[in-house]
Amino acid sequence: MSWTTGWPRVRGTWRILRTSKAIAAMTSTTPNPDLEAIRERLRSGGGQQFWRSLDELADTPAFRELVAREFPQGAAELNDPVSRRTFLKLVGASLALAGVTGCTYMPPEKLAPFDRQPLGRVPGIAQFFATALSLNGYATGVLVRSNEGRPTKIEGNPLHPASLGSTDLFAQAEILNLYDPDRSQTVLRQGAASSWDEFVATLGNSLTAQSATGGAGIRLLTTTVNSPTLADQIAQLLARFPQARWYQYEPINRDNVYEGAIQAFGQYVSTRYDFSKARVVLALDADFLAPGPGFVPYARAFADARRVTKASTEMNRLYVVEASPSTTGATADHRLPLKASAVGTFAAALAAQLGLGGGGAGLPEQAVAYLERVAEDLEAHRGASLVIAGDQQPPFVHALVHAINAELGNVGNTVIYTAPVEARPTNQTAELATLVSEINGGTVELLVMLGGNPAYTAPGDLRFAEALQRVPLSVHLSLFVDETSVLSTWHIPAVHSLESWSDARAFDGTASIVQPLIEPLYGGKSDHQVLAALLGQPDARPYDLVRSFWQASAAGNGAFEDFWQGALASGVISNTAAPVVTPTLQTQPPVAVALPVGELEIVFRPDPSVWDGAYSNNGWMMELPRPLTKLVWDNAVLMSIGTASRLLGLGFNLADLENPDSDARQVALERMTAANGTMVTIRYAGGTLELPLWLTPGHADDSMTVNLGFGRRNAGRVGDGIGVDVYPLRTSAAPWFGTGVEVLNANRKYLLVSTQDHWTMEGRDIYRVGAFEEFKLDPKSIAKEVYREEYGKDTPGPGTDGYLSLQPGVDYAGRNAWGMTINLNACIGCNGCLVACQAENNIPYVGKEQVSRGREMHWIRIDRYYAGDNLDNPATYLMPLTCMQCEQAPCEVVCPVIATVHDYEGLNNMVYNRCVGTKYCSNNCPYKVRRFNFLQYIDLNTPSIQLQRNPEVTVRNRGVMEKCTYCIQRISAARIEAKKTAVQNGEPSYTIADGAIVTACEAACPTQAIVFGDINDQASRVAKWKAEPHNYGVLNILNTFPRTSYLARVRNPNEELEAHGEAAG
Amino acid sequence: MGQIFPRNANLLAWLSLFAGLLLVAELVLILAVYFRSNYFRQINVAIEQPVAFSHQLHNGTLGIDCRYCHVSVNQSYFANIPATETCMTCHSQIKTYSAKIAPVVASYNTGQPILWNKVHRVPDFVYFNHSIHVNKGVGCSTCHGQVNEMAVVWQQQAMFMGWCLNCHRNPEQYLRPRDEVYNMEYVAPANQVALGRQLVAEYGIMPPEQLTNCWVCHR
Repeated sequence: MSWTTGWPRVRGTWRILRTSKAIAAMTSTTPNPDLEAIRERLRSGGGQQFWRSLDELADTPAFRELVAREFPQGAAELNDPVSRRTFLKLVGASLALAGVTGCTYMPPEKLAPFDRQPLGRVPGIAQFFATALSLNGYATGVLVRSNEGRPTKIEGNPLHPASLGSTDLFAQAEILNLYDPDRSQTVLRQGAASSWDEFVATLGNSLTAQSATGGAGIRLLTTTVNSPTLADQIAQLLARFPQARWYQYEPINRDNVYEGAIQAFGQYVSTRYDFSKARVVLALDADFLAPGPGFVPYARAFADARRVTKASTEMNRLYVVEASPSTTGATADHRLPLKASAVGTFAAALAAQLGLGGGGAGLPEQAVAYLERVAEDLEAHRGASLVIAGDQQPPFVHALVHAINAELGNVGNTVIYTAPVEARPTNQTAELATLVSEINGGTVELLVMLGGNPAYTAPGDLRFAEALQRVPLSVHLSLFVDETSVLSTWHIPAVHSLESWSDARAFDGTASIVQPLIEPLYGGKSDHQVLAALLGQPDARPYDLVRSFWQASAAGNGAFEDFWQGALASGVISNTAAPVVTPTLQTQPPVAVALPVGELEIVFRPDPSVWDGAYSNNGWMMELPRPLTKLVWDNAVLMSIGTASRLLGLGFNLADLENPDSDARQVALERMTAANGTMVTIRYAGGTLELPLWLTPGHADDSMTVNLGFGRRNAGRVGDGIGVDVYPLRTSAAPWFGTGVEVLNANRKYLLVSTQDHWTMEGRDIYRVGAFEEFKLDPKSIAKEVYREEYGKDTPGPGTDGYLSLQPGVDYAGRNAWGMTINLNACIGCNGCLVACQAENNIPYVGKEQVSRGREMHWIRIDRYYAGDNLDNPATYLMPLTCMQCEQAPCEVVCPVIATVHDYEGLNNMVYNRCVGTKYCSNNCPYKVRRFNFLQYIDLNTPSIQLQRNPEVTVRNRGVMEKCTYCIQRISAARIEAKKTAVQNGEPSYTIADGAIVTACEAACPTQAIVFGDINDQASRVAKWKAEPHNYGVLNILNTFPRTSYLARVRNPNEELEAHGEAAG
Repeated sequence: MGQIFPRNANLLAWLSLFAGLLLVAELVLILAVYFRSNYFRQINVAIEQPVAFSHQLHNGTLGIDCRYCHVSVNQSYFANIPATETCMTCHSQIKTYSAKIAPVVASYNTGQPILWNKVHRVPDFVYFNHSIHVNKGVGCSTCHGQVNEMAVVWQQQAMFMGWCLNCHRNPEQYLRPRDEVYNMEYVAPANQVALGRQLVAEYGIMPPEQLTNCWVCHR
């Protein structure tokens, strides 16, 4: 066999590559002895084997190409189908640019001042207003930035218990939803334009007819109601029409939680967790580190208990048992993949182990071993442990978990019960089923739907869309003319939360006033107005409704104006949290739950980015790489490799992956990587769907996951027809998972686009992880591992303690040297920073086809690494990466037009108007963090989208390189303020206080995993983090002196489980 | 076929080749000069406004401070164009029924803004901030000229980047004491450079290494 290059040779029908990243300890011949030598050195350095994808593991030619090139092949070429029109447009634009750049023609502009200047508003200075945004009814307090009256960015409200100053990614994305040009703009009657007045007249006639029967034909369908004013209005409606009924339905609801509380306590209670006291946490299919009620405070408290420093003596430990890999699972110290339908068995077995009786039979051997260790650990931390059941687990699991927490003495410590937060907790799926049967029975004459999109999100077996068409008068209030609107007789355009007055409760019951930032862009009515119309006040103003509700409430008694202004200014109404209760656990007969054996199950999960479909028309969210699969613009059926190969006949044998014959092994690997995108026919609950396959290491066997929120028919121009709608497969009896599913290989392929291999860094170990016990013994242990790999000894640099460089460095002493540190122990990979960055820095989305060419524009990428050789349950690590702001930046020396240069404070400036688009800088960037506008991605034509843009950041056109700026606009603003203060006080030098500059990513981060500041200021948070022994720079050996550094991940494994080599997570 | 042109016509051919090249070069040069000219950029051209407002009268003769109307000049990047209300503080009493004031009164009554024509413009990729300049001793007239003598305002500087950089490189040549910033009649003293150096130290003006960083103005 002869090798000319390192590239694969073609033999027979498949390509065989003789290099191998060791899955098991394998020896094989290699085309590039030098590379192998390097790898050998890396291995001997003690580093873990990290891999980003199966392609990397298989070392496929496609993957090697991605490694070798900065941009994938074709990314830099204009081989898109170009029409004559586009061609002329491009040529014209180039000519115009060539001719006009020198003179920058500026058309005459008008200035329109106020007629009366609003009090407290300084033109040009952004204002912040406190309000709240809701996800599935639960509010997060936010501060919205308003530039000249345009809301442009959403930040967390530090005073709000559900925000603590940060937000989840959905709150960040709301700003784009507000300006969505596809939002509904007119009242529609049977699809034809109508008006609010005509609607009120029609409604009035219907209500008059209904009043004879006490409203027996009136049905109100809402989403989860957490607004005190709305609940009050609904109560008034039900008082006026005693025979009317109010139902709530959301596809992502808390039915199981409430039913579980009923089983355990005989009453509805809300459960809150205190992670600050929890030393050991067991999550039973509970994805608590993902958006949901209480996400930010939970994630913050959980991360705080893991933020190790050299002084740390303890950190918490997380066990996760789950079917579908989640970010919570990736954060776990020990993760056990287990079918969702077996989690109940696991919970029952755990209860038995803890002496509660009952039992769970039939758990696999591995799970039993895991369970015993977990039970010991929980017992050892009585009162400081916490067991959480996932919202999607059936009620009996919740009841079991309540009993387990009581047994462990956690109630009152880590588990707090409160009165229910929701206005009316209920079983929403059952209510929707009741509604459908009532419609089919002919009793419903007027159906008013406030928000939601039940025609799309209802479980398939209820056939809600068919039923809806039988209702004589149906009204749907929504932001878009969606699937439900087109089937309703009336559609009323809704206002966005940032456009109208309302109120909302957070996960702990704390209420906030929702105040508008802007007049409704497209007219629109709020749910308060529609209810007021039902109550005969069609002209009521939401402001008056909300204000008068609070005026009448106990909280607003006394000096109301002070209360009102205080509530608006702080964004929180104090003392409105739900009261703590101590429900008594009802004595349960011990449950014995046998494992449903051998049956294949299907798991339904909200999509991490588009959620239940509410964000399907949001380009930012569609293009946001999903935290673990890194898929964009599609949903897929996620399966473990073993299950997929067994069920679908993918042409490879799992045993071959361990085959000592490297050829057979390589064949298996190559076929395995080719399996992604295979269309799979799924037959379940009487429905059939076809979805592309995505092999997901770490997925439980005999299980598959499909994500909700895709396949929209009436979402808008972004979301229509993207992905596959899986709601029709969902059943009302088992909305989250069920067994009895059949899968078939449809023998077709589909292009799934995942960014997991984009911007790959040639097998360099850039993620660092160590164990807490070792860290306590030698806090430098992880740093030493880096030095050993880079220099072959325990200290950095050749000989002395410090890196040596031939290039003369710059002394930044006496200046602000901006730097950033990212704590990998706190990062949970939630993507919040990414969306915040996109909103702050006017970053466009580019579309699936462009992403497939590696042209995504995100300034932050979150790399996901798998580690170890266990394909069934690899350790998963997530690492956010942006421009490192190297002090010795390789990009600068290669730019022919000096468009990227260093500044006084050591930052790497990117000057858009100098850039001519050679992309040399990008080619020379070892971190692969530069992004190029290959086409005109940013939308300059849609007026509403332009309103969203941050006026402090240049909008980049085609042909320009861009990258993370450390939010230079925020640095500039703080610097100017500091300089002004100094000169006004007669001081010749200025100081910028630590924390005065908060980058967009830092502000959004729920776990405060990112700090930014002046590394020359020894008291700054960033300097303190950088002084930690486990601080490391990525590729320091290149002497780039990156300003961004990382605190290595420190795991806290249970030694006994670690010794078994099981379930490392 | 015989030779049509005489031999000496070769010279003409050569000359016309060179002339053609020269023409192209000249055209480029002319275009460049034209686009950078005061004529193209409307420098020193008075811009008519919907209201015949005279800075000469209000600031020059009556002595109303710049900050009475341009209220945010020391707080924000934007100096502010006054709200109609500001005009009406005086004009509700003075010349209320004058025809020249009619558009202002109309705006005050209807709530519709007066649409002023913008005189000073910088491209969108330039982030100029008024507040830091006036706080650090850069006078209004340094960039805007003697506005107190303009009945109708015009732009006096083309505001090319080189012009900005000139001051960012040599701030001592242009700085004045902070209490002279809004003095439109200010004349630089003979010892400007010495005074400027003293002010640079006193006001903590950063060295040119920082003031000429790209990200100071572009981002």
